[in-house]
Amino acid sequence: MPDLGLNVLFKGKNLARLLGGLGVALKISLLSVVISIVLGIVVGLLMTWKNPISRALMRCYLEIVRIMPQMVLLFLVYFGTTRIFGWNLSGETSSVIVFSFWGAAEMGDLVRGALISIPRHQYESAAALGLSGGQTYRYIVLPQTVRRLIPLSMNLITRMIKTTSLVLMIGVVEVLKVSQQIIEANRMSSPNAAFGVYLTVFALYFFACWPISLLAGFLEKRWR
Amino acid sequence: MAEKEMTELKKGAPLLVVDHLTKRFADLTVLDGISLTVHEGEVIVIVGPSGCGKSTLLRCLNALEDIQGGEILLHGERISQNNKNLTELRQRVGMVFQSYELFPHLNVLDNILLAPTRVQKRKREEVKEEAMALLARIGLESKAESFPRQLSGGQKQRVAIIRALCMHPEVMLFDEVTAALDPEMVREVLDVILELANQGKTMLIVTHEMQFARAIADRVIFLNEGGICEEGPPEEFFDHPKTERAKQFLQTFTFSRKRS
Ligand SMILES: Nc1ncnc2c1ncn2[C@@H]1O[C@H](COP(=O)(O)OP(=O)(O)OP(=O)(O)O)[C@@H](O)[C@H]1O
Ligand SMILES: [Mg+2]
Repeated sequence: MPDLGLNVLFKGKNLARLLGGLGVALKISLLSVVISIVLGIVVGLLMTWKNPISRALMRCYLEIVRIMPQMVLLFLVYFGTTRIFGWNLSGETSSVIVFSFWGAAEMGDLVRGALISIPRHQYESAAALGLSGGQTYRYIVLPQTVRRLIPLSMNLITRMIKTTSLVLMIGVVEVLKVSQQIIEANRMSSPNAAFGVYLTVFALYFFACWPISLLAGFLEKRWR
Repeated sequence: MAEKEMTELKKGAPLLVVDHLTKRFADLTVLDGISLTVHEGEVIVIVGPSGCGKSTLLRCLNALEDIQGGEILLHGERISQNNKNLTELRQRVGMVFQSYELFPHLNVLDNILLAPTRVQKRKREEVKEEAMALLARIGLESKAESFPRQLSGGQKQRVAIIRALCMHPEVMLFDEVTAALDPEMVREVLDVILELANQGKTMLIVTHEMQFARAIADRVIFLNEGGICEEGPPEEFFDHPKTERAKQFLQTFTFSRKRS
């Protein structure tokens, strides 16, 4: 059997360090997801407003987020703000800012889609039964919106976790950065370490994202 | 003349009064000064060609549309979109739409109980008892826990009727409730409405089912181009229509073939 270079994992605290790196990645994505959901609801509501200015602004925001590579945003926030404003943002803070900026736009678009997909008849049936506007939102529109939103936002969460691998570029020590360090340190003693370590990283990402995908599938089936 | 007085006597007190109702969409006048009085216990069937404003009329009666002229009074209280008691008034007018709009995230029982418990603040147990009794009457008590997607079109439509009934409305509006159903399901829905008529419920029914209209109506109203073109008892309207337009309309429901 060829040497897969898995032995380096059990040297010292290497496995624990990798898990710690995964923890950093998950922390950044979870924080960003929570912020994205809150801001995304606001953005989504603004996108469905009748006011053309708010709609146009939100449209621009979404386009910018989609066109701009996340890496550029990361550099802009991490290096750019230090230069221009003299802010000293940590790599993690910058990452959360960028991911939330990105997530709020994407989530906003999901919220918008979920809101407009509720048929007009649902509002009218509720009105005909004497429900007030507030009651209609609370008992009819929001429960249906959330049911549509959760499976879709699961998808966004897994995308966010995967994209955190970019943050090593601004010096955040997450799972990929840790693997590079381990591989580098063991270049002489186990030259095949790259394979084993990256395979492990692959497995870690898989086991972090897979349950989320499963949950999304389950909820989708249950709520349809 | 004497006969007319007799029919007037049979009717209850005026319940819903529509007075010179005018409804426009931008510059399209859909209802042009319609006047109509619905008496307690009366069953009125509204027929007319597609696009003549039947749905719009019913929607105005529940203030789902704003109106541009005239007024609608329910027991003397004005129904309009800027009435502060609008939600209270809407509870007194039940409505069932063509496309059965149950709430998809709630099961049958919760669909029925939502408005009575949340809007009228009645006790859940009490409404539940009533709802189950009504479901049993239409043979759907075993579906109480089912979700709308698990029901057939006819079943959904019957649940929608019960959902409206549980609010104890003074008048029920039906807008082509069988138009989207497969033919074999039409009957079960119409039977429920017939039973309501037998119980003396006040109803306004828009339908294209002429046999049914004839059987259930106390009065038929023929709507055409935004106005009431003709009205009368069903036998009179269906057997001896007075206007040319009504004759033409009724002819679209009969088929014949030249045979040599
Ligand atoms: N929201 C709206 N905006 C503009 N025009 C409308 C709107 N709703 C209805 N109309 C128009 O009003 C007219 C009457 O429509 P309505 O739906 O009341 O007809 P109907 O008698 O119910 O027809 P059908 O038998 O096909 O259901 C039609 O010409 C329709 O195009
Ligand atoms: Mg119609």
